[in-house]
Amino acid sequence: MNVQDVSKARAALKKPSTSAPDIPKIMKQGKLTPWLYLLPALVLMSFFIVYPMITTIGLSFSNKDGTASAATTCRPDQTCWGVFENYHYALTSEFDFSSPGAFWTSFWKSSYGNNITWMILMTAGTVGIGLAFAVLADRVKYEALSKAIIFMPMAISFVGAGIIWKFVYDYGTQNVQIGLLNSIVTALGGQPVAWLSRPGINTFLLIVVGVWIWTGFCMTILAAALKSVPDEILEAARVDGATEWVTFWKITVPIIMPTILVVVTTMVINVLKLFDIVYVMTGGNFGTNVIANRMYTEMYKNFNIGRGTAVAVVLVVAIIPFIYYNVRRFLAQEAIR
Amino acid sequence: MNRDRINKILSQIPTHFIIIFTILVWIVPTFGLLITSLRPSQDINSTGWWTVFTSQKAGGPYAQYCASCHGADGKALPAADLTDPNVIAKYPRSLQLLALLRKDINGQPHMGDIPLPSAQEAADIASGLKSGGVATPRFTISNYVDALVGYRGTRTYAEDCRDNRQATDINCNISDMLNPRGMGRAFLNSLLVTIPATILPILFAAFAGYAFAWLDFKGRYLLFALLVGLQVVPLQMTLVPISRLYAQLGLNGTFLGVWLFHTGFGLPYAIYLMRNFLGSLPNDLFEAAYIDGASHWTVFYRLVLPLAMPAIASLGIFQFLWVWNDLLVALVFLGGTTPVMTYQISNMVTSLGAGWHLLTAAAFLSMLLPMIVFFSLQRYFVRGMLAGAVKG
Repeated sequence: MNVQDVSKARAALKKPSTSAPDIPKIMKQGKLTPWLYLLPALVLMSFFIVYPMITTIGLSFSNKDGTASAATTCRPDQTCWGVFENYHYALTSEFDFSSPGAFWTSFWKSSYGNNITWMILMTAGTVGIGLAFAVLADRVKYEALSKAIIFMPMAISFVGAGIIWKFVYDYGTQNVQIGLLNSIVTALGGQPVAWLSRPGINTFLLIVVGVWIWTGFCMTILAAALKSVPDEILEAARVDGATEWVTFWKITVPIIMPTILVVVTTMVINVLKLFDIVYVMTGGNFGTNVIANRMYTEMYKNFNIGRGTAVAVVLVVAIIPFIYYNVRRFLAQEAIR
Repeated sequence: MNRDRINKILSQIPTHFIIIFTILVWIVPTFGLLITSLRPSQDINSTGWWTVFTSQKAGGPYAQYCASCHGADGKALPAADLTDPNVIAKYPRSLQLLALLRKDINGQPHMGDIPLPSAQEAADIASGLKSGGVATPRFTISNYVDALVGYRGTRTYAEDCRDNRQATDINCNISDMLNPRGMGRAFLNSLLVTIPATILPILFAAFAGYAFAWLDFKGRYLLFALLVGLQVVPLQMTLVPISRLYAQLGLNGTFLGVWLFHTGFGLPYAIYLMRNFLGSLPNDLFEAAYIDGASHWTVFYRLVLPLAMPAIASLGIFQFLWVWNDLLVALVFLGGTTPVMTYQISNMVTSLGAGWHLLTAAAFLSMLLPMIVFFSLQRYFVRGMLAGAVKG
């Protein structure tokens, strides 16, 4: 769908509104028939997505085990947000408000700060490397093989990827390094580092794992978009003396921009929901926590349903703008067909 | 060869360089895991996996320091047979071994012109001698066996069984493959979870996709837009109410609960993909069928399902990999009662602190099926992704 946006848009400019799935006039059916086809899906989706979403919002205003209002968990000597107490906890507990400087430092160590770091770096990394690789691989004979290799991590689990990279980052002893990264560092004359437990570096190293997994996804979609760029336009630019670099930035990128935006929003949503990598590799310790893992910790390690659901709601609120964008894109797409 | 061609080839070199470099970065970590999973555990912890390619250190410190005189199998010197248990018992630790190596033999230094091994290496040699593997082979599949049966001792499953020293829950026969701690059982559980959780959503999505694409009803458009939004609802949002409800219904820890959950959650994307695919089928086809007097059910069963096979294949692969690789749902609804592969591995990492030899083998076992599916059906996988590109 998405990758054809461009060509579709172009086609739409020529002849307005072609009808793809128009209902044939002859196939009138009973009022009930469509709903019979929809029934199993609608029941399951309402039960497993819609109902729990509403319940989750309700639970986020309750106490530890969902039996009373969150206001009852307030302590008399501290600020209280009443029924929003869980949100008070979810939004502020990780921060140090004693001074602006302390707040700034604590923010970037918190799950929110980490999620922002993840969002920026991982989206930039996956889309950037994916696009660059798609462009370059287009010019070599072993295109299919090289793309399959970049894409391969998409097929394996986050858990498997977590093990693979934990081994790369392994910190042996002072003398023996069995982790690839530390052995490179020591071979270059450096000291081995316990990578995953060193705050500041560890989040970046986890992001590397995320980039490793998701670049193939971005690359595949962007490569399909690249193929849809008409050769004549590129040829014309080259004939006019534009360098490859200029052609890429002035012609290719603007044409595939809609697809790039789709990939970026998809990645942002994925990153915001990201849980497994952090859970497997550090468990959210050493300053690597992210929102989704925090929700899991509150819910299934601290058994505090109120707080856990509040964190989940915060997560959804952060995602809503991107859901909105997705729906709008879909509607625009439908308008074209 | 003319000049232009040479110039062209030269100008391609940076491209090739970047691509090959990227491929290497992508593949080396996985390759390292594979190599490691095939090495004996003593080797894994004493040398990096890349050393298997350099002959010098091959086979661990024994081969490096001892094999030149004692032979690869330890029997080269009859006076000092390193496979004789009585000889080995004298040097159980690196301390005794190093002391021996420092002494002269028949007036000559024991080690000749070979330098003394370090304490760590001596310890490895001593433990190597003790475990009966003088010439530890470079590669072994014992890690895989140990991972499959859930072996948790300090030696290997095969050795324990040979010496009749196995733990009480190990039977040393094929039934060990179903040991609840092992990856064999987890593999079975993963299959039992994944197959129905793949078929059910596809079936229901085909129904709904047909309705959305070819049936007219009120609110069709709005409902479908809602569906697009539902695709990105995070899993985390739904876990608590469902697990509370499951607790009341007694569905926690059952396969049925997980099947239904994955089905409900996979549906928005599946319907979206199905509807788009079915919507792109030619109009005439349906008109002809209806004119011939076919009912909706006949059209769906005889026409739509066979035609939708490519979409079903894409969807099937997607859902299969999604469920197979899922950790969170398995963690919450199945937990330790019926562990699936991802759960078993994460458990090995977090609480059991299993050694690298087990972890790497277990991780590779869990990747086996997805890899096969991926490389054999890559085309459909890519197609499904291009069609949806939303779910994560």
